[in-house]
Amino acid sequence: MTGLQDRLTPAQIEEFGREMDAIRRRIVADLGAQDVDYIQNVIKTQRGLEVAGRALMYFPPAWPAAVTALAVSKILDNMEIGHNVMHGQYDWTRDPALSSQKFEWDNVAPAENWRHSHNYVHHTYTNILDKDRDIGYGILRIDPAQKWHPYYLGNPVYATLLAFIFQWGVMLHDLEFDRIVRGERTWADTKDVRGKMLRKAARQVGKDYVLFPLLTGPLAPLTFAGNATANLARNLWAFSIIFCGHFPADVESFTEEETENESRGQWYLRQILGSANITGGKLFHIMSGNLSHQIEHHLFPDIPARRYPQIAAEVRAICEKYGLPYNTGPLHKQLFSVAKKLVKLALPPTPQRESEEPSTLGAEPKAA
Amino acid sequence: MGKLASLAEALLTPHGMDRYLELVDPMLVRRDLRGVVTAVRRQTTDTVTLTLRPSRAWRGFTAGQYVRLTVDIDGVRRTRCYSPTGSQHHDGLELTVKADPQGLVSRHLHTHARPGLVLGLSQPDGTFTLPHPRPERLVLISGGSGITPVLSMLRTLADEGHDGEVVFLHYANSADDVLHRDELAALERPNLRVVLGYTDDGEYFSLEHLKTAAPWYDTAESYLCGPKQLMDPVRELYAAEGLSERLHTEEFTPPELTFDTGSATGQVRFAHSGREVENSGRPLLEQAETAGLRPEHGCRMGICFSCTQVKTRGTVRNAKSGELLSEENEEIQLCISVPVGDVEINC
Repeated sequence: MTGLQDRLTPAQIEEFGREMDAIRRRIVADLGAQDVDYIQNVIKTQRGLEVAGRALMYFPPAWPAAVTALAVSKILDNMEIGHNVMHGQYDWTRDPALSSQKFEWDNVAPAENWRHSHNYVHHTYTNILDKDRDIGYGILRIDPAQKWHPYYLGNPVYATLLAFIFQWGVMLHDLEFDRIVRGERTWADTKDVRGKMLRKAARQVGKDYVLFPLLTGPLAPLTFAGNATANLARNLWAFSIIFCGHFPADVESFTEEETENESRGQWYLRQILGSANITGGKLFHIMSGNLSHQIEHHLFPDIPARRYPQIAAEVRAICEKYGLPYNTGPLHKQLFSVAKKLVKLALPPTPQRESEEPSTLGAEPKAA
Repeated sequence: MGKLASLAEALLTPHGMDRYLELVDPMLVRRDLRGVVTAVRRQTTDTVTLTLRPSRAWRGFTAGQYVRLTVDIDGVRRTRCYSPTGSQHHDGLELTVKADPQGLVSRHLHTHARPGLVLGLSQPDGTFTLPHPRPERLVLISGGSGITPVLSMLRTLADEGHDGEVVFLHYANSADDVLHRDELAALERPNLRVVLGYTDDGEYFSLEHLKTAAPWYDTAESYLCGPKQLMDPVRELYAAEGLSERLHTEEFTPPELTFDTGSATGQVRFAHSGREVENSGRPLLEQAETAGLRPEHGCRMGICFSCTQVKTRGTVRNAKSGELLSEENEEIQLCISVPVGDVEINC
């Protein structure tokens, strides 16, 4: 079977791994005050927008501005700040406010649960079927290697619903509900995780849907609606960026056998084949937490995300040198590709449909 | 006020009030502890004395204790321990930092400290303090920059109008190297004597010295802080006289630690991050750093306890005391703990 391990010769994969390590070493050696200044500026902007958003709720004509400020604040908080800080990208600063272990984000998913499911499970087992729980999140069929079931006819509907309530989806992801249904995990096993979810969700819901609305007195319904809209905007945006990072066509997935005894170079290779980038301007990259550079993020999840654009051209050049794909495109193209896949994989597999899928499980025609 | 503050905390969840207040002014923080430099004085060519006004959460200190001072250097927070030199009865905090040619933080402070600089602070720590009620007779012995905790005791006693006998015996290279010389002179009174010894003139600590300065030393409580070259002979002398119980000490120079890297065995597992390395026989802090982790730490010499973590499994040797620690789930200091065989740390 042609698989991950046959993409490059052993000598090539070793050299490729060394080139990736060299990029990492160079960036790590260059980390310093400029990286801290950058993240502090983003934090200042985010906190400023949050305060502005809350304050503008008192002036009904400014409602759209209030919602925009709050939505942008929540997006920055979750993506460029929270996601990246919790990856340990700033742990080297030893600033407790930038510590991966202490940071908590403006999201109902508790940081501690997320660090396990995302940083550990997803980033270690990226796109390995049955191990990476981000493949379809236990509810979607997003890879042809997932066995079809009539349940998946609802694929596009589930995805759409998930987009609207994305932060709750991220939160519930840790319950591993599908495994409870299959009897692999008991409800009692989730007690600890549930406790954290409840406490975090109570605080988040309390401030957005009770305290802040009450504080605006007669404007409470408008504030309530404004906060809900801001949360919704963040959900839709985060969903789009994240789905475009992993689920466009041509992104590959792998089997456990393929990835056994993986070398450092093979690990890097899997990260590249399993991720996709989105092209765009500087502001777009900041608003996506630089996850528009998902490939670079997966290669180096713990170096500050602002560095990804700096190394993207180099990573791409190395990919070209080794004949590896570098999946990238504008947001609309990547989104369309994801949507198409969601619809196609909702239907039961037919020989033609599956063969159109270039990805997955050694379907590559290049024979060893 | 308490209710208002908790409402504000609830509204500003998850980041909390300090993360917003500090954007207005870093000293407005309520829970975090910081100090703003209000005065900078360079008494000798290689020292800098800072006066700090701590933020609201500061609870004050007891003479002889130390605080952890944190400063950002090229984006990285660096923490070191310093003993306040002022009286515990004064507001604020005075710290004297000696610029060690190898010292990143001390050199940085020596060069860059200026009024208005905001530094991170910890609540005070340490048990090198005077008892209550104050002993009738006291001998305070220090050397070099070891003067800091002892001077704080001296100034505190002076503020309290302590009327027992106090002798302060201090050693420096030369007269110019005596920190806070003017303050020391001002403290002198009939029952409080300051005796200075200059090692450049060959005046090292001796029994003679002690007997001349404080003939009643064997009925006094003694407090000692300084370099090893001073602490060792003082300790030996007190031990020989059967007075060890009356000698209280504070270490501020790294103890000489020995590591047997040749015969190290076992695996070190850092449970939280899932990293595992072969035991190199070096302290766990270094092994964690080699494994790419960045655990919180301070002095790297077993003094400040910033690097304390829970050992979930295995045995470690305390390189300072030689003691073996093999209980499950016990707290150890990473910087001076060396694994003996397989060890698992929760970091």
